[in-house]
Amino acid sequence: MPELIVTKDIDVPGIDTLEVYRQHGGYQALEKALKEFEPEGIVEEVKKAGIRGRGGAGFPTGLKWSFLAKNDKPRYLCVNCDESEPGTFKDRALMEKIPHRLVEGVILTSYACRVSIAFIYIRGELALAARQVERAVQEAYAEGLIGKNILGSNFSLEVIVHRGAGAYICGEESALMESLEGRRGYPRLKPPFPAAVGVYGNPTVINNCETVATIPAIVQNGGAWYGSFGTEKSKGTRVFSLSGHVNKPGNYELVMGLPLRTLIYDEQYGGGIWKGRELKAVIPGGSSFSFLKPDKLDTPLDFDAVMAAGSALGSGGVIVFDDQTCIVAACLRILEFYRDESCGKCTPCREGTYWMTELVERLEHGHGKMKDIDLLLDICDNISGKSFCPLGDAATGALTGGVKLFREEFEYHALHGRCMVGPGSQRPAAQNTTQPAGAR
Amino acid sequence: MISEQAKQRMRDIAARYPVARSAILPALHIAQQEESYITPEGLQTVADLLGLTVDDVESVATFYTMYYQRPPGKKVIKICNSISCYLRDCDGLIEHLEARLGIKRGETTPDGKFTLLTAECLASCGTAPVLQVNDEFVENVTPEKADALINELDRELNATRS
Repeated sequence: MPELIVTKDIDVPGIDTLEVYRQHGGYQALEKALKEFEPEGIVEEVKKAGIRGRGGAGFPTGLKWSFLAKNDKPRYLCVNCDESEPGTFKDRALMEKIPHRLVEGVILTSYACRVSIAFIYIRGELALAARQVERAVQEAYAEGLIGKNILGSNFSLEVIVHRGAGAYICGEESALMESLEGRRGYPRLKPPFPAAVGVYGNPTVINNCETVATIPAIVQNGGAWYGSFGTEKSKGTRVFSLSGHVNKPGNYELVMGLPLRTLIYDEQYGGGIWKGRELKAVIPGGSSFSFLKPDKLDTPLDFDAVMAAGSALGSGGVIVFDDQTCIVAACLRILEFYRDESCGKCTPCREGTYWMTELVERLEHGHGKMKDIDLLLDICDNISGKSFCPLGDAATGALTGGVKLFREEFEYHALHGRCMVGPGSQRPAAQNTTQPAGAR
Repeated sequence: MISEQAKQRMRDIAARYPVARSAILPALHIAQQEESYITPEGLQTVADLLGLTVDDVESVATFYTMYYQRPPGKKVIKICNSISCYLRDCDGLIEHLEARLGIKRGETTPDGKFTLLTAECLASCGTAPVLQVNDEFVENVTPEKADALINELDRELNATRS
């Protein structure tokens, strides 16, 4: 029986209520922490556990906590529940179904980091998730699990559920803080980092929803226990959101290091490619990262192995493409996302996302040229690593991989004016008409 | 019109934050709940409450996609058209709904009942294609299910009118 940690009991009826959550062991970790550990002791357990951030960057969580500036300023926690990475839907499931596990994790994290106010930033479009988490927070307040002198200890905490209003960029930690402070979601210059200068200028720790929801299990069972699962540098389990052309899309919690093939084909997970088709490509970590071809199916799902294979584990959003998919069309759809979500602050991303989308749109609809392909790679090179925040890099991830791995499809579009595969290949080739400048 | 109760809710929320300005987003959500979109009165109310200028509040309100700058229909249908929904033919669903409602994406029906919008990834990729009606999810949407949904929404809207 595979070990379920963060999704354990998620389908128990009523587990979204305090009563049933407690019946299944909920808040025992909090009681244990307050009775048996100093805050620094919890940080040590989380370091021992080796858990790395589950939002996308995979930074070691215990290490991040230990970076908090050691001064007298009040500290804050921001829980990043702004789940917006295409292909990812794990945090929503945790918030809607087992919000108390998140809330318990928030209290534990706040205790460990000596935080006085925790903000749970939930993307605005997840109205039900926000209601569930707000209700759980109120239930916890009513039971003395949040507020002054929690469970009779001298630890006090306020928790504020803060809804966003529709902006992918607010999932970037510094833009999240800007949004939380009541401004447009423009990223901030780093350094200084949030651990030194964060919300309202105070030391702040920012963690992903799933990361925080894992903390109760780590405290309850110990860091060494959590570290006994997974691989050497990717400990524990994580929830993978499987979508696209598989028979059984959905959220699946797996031990780190299982092969990608298992998630896609195993009957208890993805159940293989739909409609009896073959696999063409898979993006393993959300649309900000490159495709992998079937030859990489045995790649273990851990941070380093997936990076070595040419992509990234990212948010765990595994998107599967069958053999009828035109990669150019898929890249176009992905690029439109980043174009729409670019905040506009920096020139490489603001201009580059539009330019890339225009070029791929022309290629897709039969008006592209061969030289556009290398131009696209050049634009990617001028955005990636040269933008103000990682959204720029993310905008180029899939396209760079698409051109490198499926260049023949882009060239086919340039030469023949239509897709090489899929329904688009049945279109009549675009006439070689002159395209007036500015016409779309 | 922003009711007194709504203004009080805004004040209560602002009081919880260390810095009142943080309440801009929650306050704008309340203003939109009251008036269905962000009106000049809504901007003024939030500005007065938080000690900001109207321009400042407007700059925030125009950044986020959930705040409408023009009156929407009674039922706002947002269909995800990001990559995972694309792989499950959201485009076909969008065209189906455009035909059913007689409008294009981005438009509102002349009777003011329905607004049809596309949206970026709504974090429901496992049940694609997906849409939201006034921010509540409807998942695994086939054309048949979409038709049944519009029928039901039509019934609901007609019932509240009469």
